[in-house]
Order: sequence, then C-alpha cells, then structure tokens
Amino acid sequence: MRKKAFRPDVDAPKWTGGHTPYDIVKEGTIALLVVAILTIALATVFGSPDVPAVTIKRWSNMAPVDFAMTALSELNGTSGTATYGAPYNNQSVGQQLGPLQLAKWVGDRIPVDAANAFVIDPLGSLPNQAVLTTDLSQWKQASQTQRTSWLANYTKAAATMKFKSGNVNVAAYNAGPVSVLINDLTQMARSGALDQSLVTHAGFYTTDYTLPLLFIADGSYLGNLAEKQHLTGEQWGMMNETGSYPGQAWLWLYTFWYQVPPFSQSGNADVLVWGLMMALTALLLLVPFIPGLRSIPRWSRVYRLIWREHYGQDAPATPPRKPPRADPSASAAPVGVVSSDA
Amino acid sequence: MSTTEIDRQWTTRLRHRVTAKLPPEKLLPDTQPSYVSSWIYVFGVTTLAALAVVIATGCLLAIRGPQWWHGSDIGHFVNSLHLWSVEIFFFAMVIHLWGKYFMAAWRGGRALTWMTGVVTFVVSILTAFTGYVSQTNFDSQWISTQAKDGINATGGGAYFNVLNLGQMLMWHIVLLPIGAVALTVLHVLLVRVKGVVPPFAAKSEVEA
Amino acid sequence: MYWFNGVAALAPLDQLGHYLHWHWLLISVANLIVIGIMVVTFIAALLLPFPGRRRRKENQ
Repeated sequence: MRKKAFRPDVDAPKWTGGHTPYDIVKEGTIALLVVAILTIALATVFGSPDVPAVTIKRWSNMAPVDFAMTALSELNGTSGTATYGAPYNNQSVGQQLGPLQLAKWVGDRIPVDAANAFVIDPLGSLPNQAVLTTDLSQWKQASQTQRTSWLANYTKAAATMKFKSGNVNVAAYNAGPVSVLINDLTQMARSGALDQSLVTHAGFYTTDYTLPLLFIADGSYLGNLAEKQHLTGEQWGMMNETGSYPGQAWLWLYTFWYQVPPFSQSGNADVLVWGLMMALTALLLLVPFIPGLRSIPRWSRVYRLIWREHYGQDAPATPPRKPPRADPSASAAPVGVVSSDA
Repeated sequence: MSTTEIDRQWTTRLRHRVTAKLPPEKLLPDTQPSYVSSWIYVFGVTTLAALAVVIATGCLLAIRGPQWWHGSDIGHFVNSLHLWSVEIFFFAMVIHLWGKYFMAAWRGGRALTWMTGVVTFVVSILTAFTGYVSQTNFDSQWISTQAKDGINATGGGAYFNVLNLGQMLMWHIVLLPIGAVALTVLHVLLVRVKGVVPPFAAKSEVEA
Repeated sequence: MYWFNGVAALAPLDQLGHYLHWHWLLISVANLIVIGIMVVTFIAALLLPFPGRRRRKENQ
C-alpha cells in the first residue's frame, strides 16, 4: 500500500486519547452572562459618544466665509465634488491601480452637477425673490464663456472676502450675478432652508444625504472639527473615535499604509491601499495553503504553552486506560491521518 | 407509499445526510478531548456570546428607530450597550484568531473552518462600518465622507453609496447581519463536524 | 424615566482624548489601552492554568 507522507502543518493526527466531560450549554450560558454583565458595566461607566451632526445652517453661521468660498468653488468647478470624477461626474480620471481605472470604468452612476445641484437649483426654489430671479435668469441665459469670465473676476476679488452685517462682502467687478448668487445662497444656508432643499429636492421622503454631505465635506469646517478630534487621515484617524473613547483598533493596518511612502505621497493612495489590503486579506484567508506562513505556528512553538498538559503526559499513541467515549471528531474520518485537501 | 419511495424523497435523503454528518451527540457533545485544557479555548464562545448581545441590543435600538438614542437617556444607554458589546465582540474574535493561528487550527481537513472564520471577520468589519455611518451624528458624517474616497476608488462606490443613510442602515440591520450569522453558524457547525484540532504530532508516515 | 440624573454614563469619555506620538506612530491612549489589554489577555490565556487537571489525568 502506498505510504503517504505526514505533513505536520497540514495534517492532524487522529486523537485516540482520553475525553473529559464537557457541558457545552453551560459554557455558552456562562459566556453569555459574563459578556452581558461586562457590557452593562462598561456602558454604565463610560456610555457612548454622540457628537451632534453638523448642519449646513450651523456651518454657514459659524464659518460664513468658509461656506461662501465653498459655494463659489461649486459654482466655478474647483471644489472637491466638482473635480471628483466617478461616480459623481467625469471631470477627472480618478484613481488608478496600475492600468486599472476602476472608478472611471464604472462611470458616473451618482451624477452630481455641482454648480446646479448646490447653488442654482436650491436658489431657484426660493419664492418671491425678484432680484434673485432676475440674476438666475441672467446666469442661465449666459454662455459658458461669459460665466467663466464672471467667475474669474469674482474669484480673484474673493481673496479679500469678508462677512459683515450679515452679508458676504466681495469687491468684485464685472462679476455679473455671481455676487448675488453667493450672498443669497449664504442667507439661504443660514436660515436652514438649504439643508432641506438639498435633501427634499427629490421628494418628500428621503434617506439619501449624498448632496448635503458632499457639500459640507467640500468645505473646511467639518475637517477642522475632525482634526480637533484626531480623526483625519494623517492622524491615523480611521482608528480613532471622538472624545477619549476607544475606536476601531482593528483598522490599524489599513490606516498604517496611509502614513508611509509611497502611499502617503500618492494621488492613488486610496485604491492602492485597498488593493494591498485585499491582497493581505486573501493571504490571511489562504493561510492553510501557503507553505511557510502555515508553518510559523509550529516553528514558534507557542502551541507548547497551549497544550503543555498534553505534552507533559504520555503521547496519544499510548493506549488509554479507559475506553474512549464516543469521539465527536471520529465519525466521518477514516482511521489514520485526517488529511486536508491542500 | 413503499419504503424505497420514502427513502428516495428529498426530505428523507436530506435528513439522512444531515444526521450522518452531524448526529445529535456531535452537535451537542457531552465530552471533549482532554487536550482542550487552556483558557485560550474560551474566546470562540465569548465571541459568540458577544454577537448575541450585539444583536439583542441592536434589536432594542430598532424598536424605537435610529434617532431615538439622541434624545433619550434610556436610548443612549442602549446605544452604549450596543457599542461596548461590539468592542467585546472584536476583542474576543481577534484573540480567538491569534489562538487559532498558533494552534494551526486548519490542520486535518479544517481549512474551511479557518476560511469561514476569516470571512466572518471581514463581514464583521463591514457590519461595524455600516453601523458607524448609521449613527446619524458627526461621526457618521465624517466617517462616510472619508470612507467614500476609498470605496469610490475601487468603483464600488457607484453601487454602495456610504452617504446614503437608508442604504447603509439596511445593509447594517438586514443584509450584513444575515451574512454574519449564516457564516458564524457554518463556522460553528464545521467545528462540531470536524472536532477541535488535535495538538501537533511528531512527523510520521501513515497508510494512505 | 431618567437614569443617572439625566446623564447617560457615570464617567463619559467626551473630553478630547490624549494621543501618543512616537516617530510615525500616532495612537490614542484609549486604543493603546485596549490593545494592551488584548495582548495581556492573550498571554494570560496561554499561561494561566486551566482547572480540571486531575480529572483529565484520571480520564487518560
């Protein structure tokens, strides 16, 4: 008969040694009680964080210049959203994983026209605004060249933007309706109406916050709050939580790559890190089949601690003093080595 | 109906297959091999227990809806229970993974047990992520607006929109828990079928 | 019904956290404590004696 070599990192010897009584239901019950008590104790002592959400109303009231500048960037196509690429638009190729332009290939399935979605359409929903209505018409009837010229003039003057007496002040010339659009949008935001408009534009019931979140994230206010809480990428933010709460320690390796070259300096960092983490996850999944990696447990001899009682006694090949009880691992296995398919 | 006809029924054949693979004394054993004698072995059942508490507290949150906990002390306490049971869940699961790795627990035809464990780990991380973006607070806003860049870069963001609260909440309370529980059940049944992996043995040759 | 006099926890961790910065590593004290407890727990699980040793010897 052909002898099959025993592979210590793949095969396992059949257990012919002794068994001890084991109350699996009792063990599960005790575990449940212990976890429940520990959970109640931790929740009672530490609670959980609940930093209130940022609204566009709060943003525009606390940081009106930042809001107005963000609104301008949406209108002149320089904001993060306006230049994002897929899935929002095709203004950028987006990130590449080698030759793979994954986002671009999928396309803009969540189309967002920044200028219209964040500025023109919300303003158009306001009633009884004679001056604004005229300016909106002027904007819509203008050619792209004309709009670009207005925006360039306003953007240049916006370097000295001030918020005074409840209004956005920019000494801009030949900026057409842009001054009114930006100032009126800021007032709309400060009233809370913009929060509503960006959410209910598609209907009464909605649970999709794509537009207001993209808009808020295009500004600096949200990011500044996050930086105070150590939540930004450069601060290993993915692992962290607001306040002094423990965060997501299990994301340590994911966020680590963003801190080191080449990822820390690459415009493709996100897709590169994703690709790397997918590969590492595949490695973890396939450990049983990877020589070397699957041998580390045996080489490290940590198992000698786990099974020290077993290794301190007779080996399982010695006949047991009592007949073994029904062996839970025996019924489907052939006598001899229980091999894997690897 | 003849006996042969009954034996050929799908129900009968399924029952025979299941009871052959996993008879009651294997599903709920009353003994275990004597080498199972280390505290490292408690972390699997601790993870299961934590999962049960996570689901139970999640159900409590579901009773009053996703906004409840912002304005209610009891609701906030239930949210805290949910958060800390998740922390315990990951704590126990990672120690369980470390232990199983150093035991090379995939040996002896147990590769699928290892693999279902790893997939459950990944699904758990996804479930936690969708939970974080469903909190309806600043944390959700920040996490979703940052995470979108990673997911968008892979093309997945076009279909899995982390800024869409409704979608994320339903993944968190329906799709991913079903996946996590199904994988956990499969993982535990595999342990029951194959038994707990024995200690390393000396190198030897055996009959094929 | 108000538990804890309107406060949801005895010692909420809402104040800004402390962070340790060592070369490229930046980690919160909270996360460090959790990871530290995990490592200590793992080592303790390996080293602490497991009850029932005499019964296992009798069943050998």
